[in-house]
Amino acid sequence: MELAFIIEKFGLILVIFLVSLTIAAYSTLAERKIAGFLQDRVGPNRAGPGGMFQPLADGLKMFFKEEIIPTDSSKALFILGPSLALFTSFLGSAVIPWGQDVEIFGRQVSLQITDINVGILYIFGVVSLGVYGIMIGGWASNNKFSLMGAVRAASQSISYEIPMGLSIIALLMLTNTLSMKEIAEQQHGFNWNVFYQPVGFLIFLICSFAETNRTPFDLPECETELVGGYHTEYSGFKMGAFMFAEYLNMFLASAVMSTLYFGGYNYPGMDFVNELLGPLFGPLIGMGVLILKIFAFIFLFMWVRWTVPRFRYDQLMNLGWKILIPLAIANIVITGIVITLIDKL
Amino acid sequence: MSVSLFYFVAFLTIFFALLVIFSKNPVHSVLYLIVTFFTFTLHYIMLNAQFLAIVNFIVYMGAIMVLFLFVLMLLNLNEGSIGSKSNLLKMVGVIAGMCLVITLVGSVKALNASDPLVLQTQDLGLVKNLGKVLFSKFLLPFEISSILLLSAMVGAVLLAKKDIKQG
Repeated sequence: MELAFIIEKFGLILVIFLVSLTIAAYSTLAERKIAGFLQDRVGPNRAGPGGMFQPLADGLKMFFKEEIIPTDSSKALFILGPSLALFTSFLGSAVIPWGQDVEIFGRQVSLQITDINVGILYIFGVVSLGVYGIMIGGWASNNKFSLMGAVRAASQSISYEIPMGLSIIALLMLTNTLSMKEIAEQQHGFNWNVFYQPVGFLIFLICSFAETNRTPFDLPECETELVGGYHTEYSGFKMGAFMFAEYLNMFLASAVMSTLYFGGYNYPGMDFVNELLGPLFGPLIGMGVLILKIFAFIFLFMWVRWTVPRFRYDQLMNLGWKILIPLAIANIVITGIVITLIDKL
Repeated sequence: MSVSLFYFVAFLTIFFALLVIFSKNPVHSVLYLIVTFFTFTLHYIMLNAQFLAIVNFIVYMGAIMVLFLFVLMLLNLNEGSIGSKSNLLKMVGVIAGMCLVITLVGSVKALNASDPLVLQTQDLGLVKNLGKVLFSKFLLPFEISSILLLSAMVGAVLLAKKDIKQG
């Protein structure tokens, strides 16, 4: 029993690790393809059919490039920065419920690595840890542009964590739980949270863009002002680690948004499908639905990147502190009033 | 098992706390401070206080990020500027530090160490129980501390805003 549990969890971790690696790798290709589509050109199409092997070629190139560590940098921290960024971007997927329980050989197997009862807060912790990778890397480079990028990343993350947390509070008032699994179960069928919390979702979406450093909030690596931002001095695989971490964070943010607001693995008519396909393949369909939702969000991330221009720094701060925070607080108050009224009636 | 794990984590806490003080570079100090707070989180997890653990993690992660910005923006990080303090300042520091040590030792001695604290319920630290206790038994202190924080926030904003138009 104990051994089966270990094997089951180890297998699940391995699968999720490989899947997120693959999705992150192919996100780089998707990004370039979508950029090409939006700008009315073809995009990469040389390596393999339709450019299928482009991520492999890019990865190989990253490996074989020369690693340069600047003489005046602090060496240990220079290496620690990208490692930390890559490491933390994997951690968040541990609390995402990827599907309903599956029955394999008469054994109930949960498709979630661990269901801690503070799941949402855990994700917040991981996200705030992720910025340290950028910050340490930017500082250790001993380069003024990198330092500016690091400072921007830090202040941006501080500013946007507040409205993100506040938008979650309104959601928690509805769900009454912090566990990701229970939140997913409550949205059974088509009972998705986005219908009850549209404003909260919008705030959360904007803050996710800011926390993952995606355009229009990519000021930490703003190339028109800061050369390359926090990764100016990085080359080879360490540069690749930073880039990979960004795509992994995008994947994680999409998974969190799908689970919290768009029903996770739930879809209309799932009871019927589950009965039809049995306890093994039914939940797997749900998992596929979740992956599709994640892909839709990743597409949204890319669509916005190639459509909206970058914010100016004061605009970024104004949006965070003077618009999003009051809006999030108003959302909490209104949600509270509505919940009380419904309870009384 | 549990006791030896506690001693290991406690050793790590003290080790990194000492590194915070002894490292010459302020940025390294800040980074060691993060590790120190992370070991606090481990202590909370061992006490089965999941909510406190994760909140400690989030709050201090954010707080240290602010500290990092302070170090970068407000301190003059030139090589010679640190470690060149006058003898009078050093003497005052030694006296103040000794006073703190005496107070700490005294308070530890005053504790009744042979009377171990027993947790009433194992699940006290879970979110549900913590919320219930905070909003029933400790409602007044909880609300008063929140007002205290609010007034501190308003004060900070007032101080930061220098040019308020008169009238």
